[in-house]
Amino acid sequence: MSTHQANFVRASMIEASPAPALESGIAFWLRKNLFATPQDTVLTIISLLVLAWLVPPVIQWLFIDAAWTGGGRGVCATIAQGGSQPDGWSGACWAFVNAKFDQFIFGRYPPEERWRPALVGILFVLFLVPMLIPKVPYKGLNAVLLLAVLPIIAIILLPGGWFGLTYVETALWGGLMVTLALSFVGIAVSLPLGILLALGRRSNMPVIKMLCTVFIEVVRGVPLITVLFMASVMLPLFLPQGVTFDKFLRALIGVSLFASAYMAEVVRGGLQAIPKGQYEGADSLGLSYWQKMNLIILPQALKLVIPGIVNTFIGLFKDTSLVSIIGMFDLLGIVRLNFADANWATAVTPVTGLIFAGFIFWLFCFGMSRYSGFMERLLDKSQR
Amino acid sequence: MAIGVTDAPEKRKSSGSIINDPQVRGIFYQAITIIILAVLIYWIVDNTVENLRRANIASGYGFLNSRAGFDLGQSLIAFTSDSSYGRALVVGFVNTLLVAITGIITATIIGFIVGIGRLSHNWIIAKLSLAYVEVFRNIPPLLVIFFWYSGVLAILPQARDALALPLDIYVSNRGVAFPRPLFGEGAQYTLFAIIIGVIACFAFARYARQRQEATGQRPPVLWAVLGLLIGLPLITFLATGAPLTFDVPIAGKFNLTGGSVVGPEFMSLFLALSFYTAAFIAEIVRAGIRGISKGQTEAAHALGIRPRLTTRLVVVPQAMRIIIPPLTSQYLNLTKNSSLAVAVGYADLVAVGGTILNQTGQSIEVVSIWLIVYLSLSLATSLFMNWYNARMALVER
Repeated sequence: MSTHQANFVRASMIEASPAPALESGIAFWLRKNLFATPQDTVLTIISLLVLAWLVPPVIQWLFIDAAWTGGGRGVCATIAQGGSQPDGWSGACWAFVNAKFDQFIFGRYPPEERWRPALVGILFVLFLVPMLIPKVPYKGLNAVLLLAVLPIIAIILLPGGWFGLTYVETALWGGLMVTLALSFVGIAVSLPLGILLALGRRSNMPVIKMLCTVFIEVVRGVPLITVLFMASVMLPLFLPQGVTFDKFLRALIGVSLFASAYMAEVVRGGLQAIPKGQYEGADSLGLSYWQKMNLIILPQALKLVIPGIVNTFIGLFKDTSLVSIIGMFDLLGIVRLNFADANWATAVTPVTGLIFAGFIFWLFCFGMSRYSGFMERLLDKSQR
Repeated sequence: MAIGVTDAPEKRKSSGSIINDPQVRGIFYQAITIIILAVLIYWIVDNTVENLRRANIASGYGFLNSRAGFDLGQSLIAFTSDSSYGRALVVGFVNTLLVAITGIITATIIGFIVGIGRLSHNWIIAKLSLAYVEVFRNIPPLLVIFFWYSGVLAILPQARDALALPLDIYVSNRGVAFPRPLFGEGAQYTLFAIIIGVIACFAFARYARQRQEATGQRPPVLWAVLGLLIGLPLITFLATGAPLTFDVPIAGKFNLTGGSVVGPEFMSLFLALSFYTAAFIAEIVRAGIRGISKGQTEAAHALGIRPRLTTRLVVVPQAMRIIIPPLTSQYLNLTKNSSLAVAVGYADLVAVGGTILNQTGQSIEVVSIWLIVYLSLSLATSLFMNWYNARMALVER
């Protein structure tokens, strides 16, 4: 007896079956990313071995064996070197950084006056952070506060000498404060100056064009050290007898001029990328040269080169460390100055100090590059 | 490509006042600039002459011939404290070139490895390369130099208990000592053989290319080149009786004697510049390779070209076009950064010049020498790289 039934029709969907064991999960990830080919396997194993050889000693040195507290070189020196650590000990001397932390931030600024740079620093952060967050309104007011009000407050507070504030000469300034001050002024001066130089280089007035080109190429062709030497040795020669420039100011001039030449080339790249039609369109609307540049060309050109501008800022920030060569005590300079402190002279002090300074520099530069990436994505989206 | 800024039509019929004519205005502005500049230069020159007269400094380059009176730590050419300032500057220049060239070679090698590593499918290699780039790109090179100099090389053992590495290389806080080759009678024939080998290689490469274009068959270039470059000098070397001995460093009671020593100043500068610049080169290489569209690789595979040949014949030549211009500026940066030598006392051009400047007070002359030398180095490097770039550039029909 045969009952012929209708073909099976499934009313509901089959549950999706899990991917084969070899195509999912951790094992798959490992196979795909670490052990795809024999070559990959060898590379992975070598890298893991190198990491295993390198990372635990470094962590041991930096954190576990490190001397965290203490009031002198004893905690960071072995018994043979006149300290309290067992022979053969080696570890980071964070006690040194701890003891010198205030100096690393403020240099030799008199301790009772340190509230002044601290206040300027707090204001700087207060004005800068809302500037960096795109959603916060009142950008115009904010820019005025950051670029006009803050410098005036800084000029009043940092050197002092008026309103009953004791005068603190710039030779006593140092540490992170000098690094930040140099970078801030360098950035604030080099961007507008760089834009002017770039416009000058693309101008059709031959004299202006030649002057800007020569300036940009000469400055870009020589190392910053020579520019700083020039600022510190030759500038006094150029001025009349009796007129002296502060050393800090001279370094400031050198760093700003140097960065503006690099900035000019970045901006020029942006200007070149703007199609000719934009220039002609602005002309046909009857805009003057400066209207054309301010309203039409520069907003587009600068947006294009934000990564390059931020890279120049990062370069400038790193370059400020060179002022330690002409005898100023920026963050790197003050850290090195303290190696000579007999109270802390041990074999591990220099490495620890340099790692600390390097970490601070790294933090700022990495932060800037991350922020530039964020800005780039933001502006990119708005264009689509 | 430069897009000219067309400010105004060439000739405008001046309908109004002459003040509104852009050409007249342009001339006016330029004239003002020239006048201001001339006044400024006159003022500066006047002040400078006055200041120099007051300080009793004779200007001019005559001081280059006078006795230097200082010693230089490391020099490739003979130098004593009786040599002249001019010679000291030459030594400094040679030292700058030495650290720049060795640094460029090392940075390029590390940079290419790390840059390719960042594109690796291997997760751990990619992440390690990323970590390398992010660490070294964001730390000032000067700090890295000090890290090597006072952090690592200074705490190496004293010269008398130097670390002995294979091949008679000794590492101590005085630097790295290694055997110095001493060439005997007949060594010049080996040198000739090397030169002949290099020339023959170029000739053979040319022949191979022509042959390949004519017949489609490629002669075995690799073996021929290896034979010419290694085999020929080796045979000559052995035939002339192996005229080579080594001056081996010997660990004495207090010091190492003999051999060549590379000081810690050079080592720290060289290592720091190589590692620092390599991070930038890695990013350039990565951008260059990523800049080649995937279609190129796929098309090559579709034509049946093997992966390795695809990389060599299709991807790399195109990527080089993107890589070379920024690579040039990195080479220039490294050369300029070599002036950081002054911080650790490696006798480069700037360090030597700084010493002379302090001794003689001839600041204008010394700074002008710096400017000229660095500008010509920049110019020479960019000319060479432009030539290379033109060779690699897209040949459009």
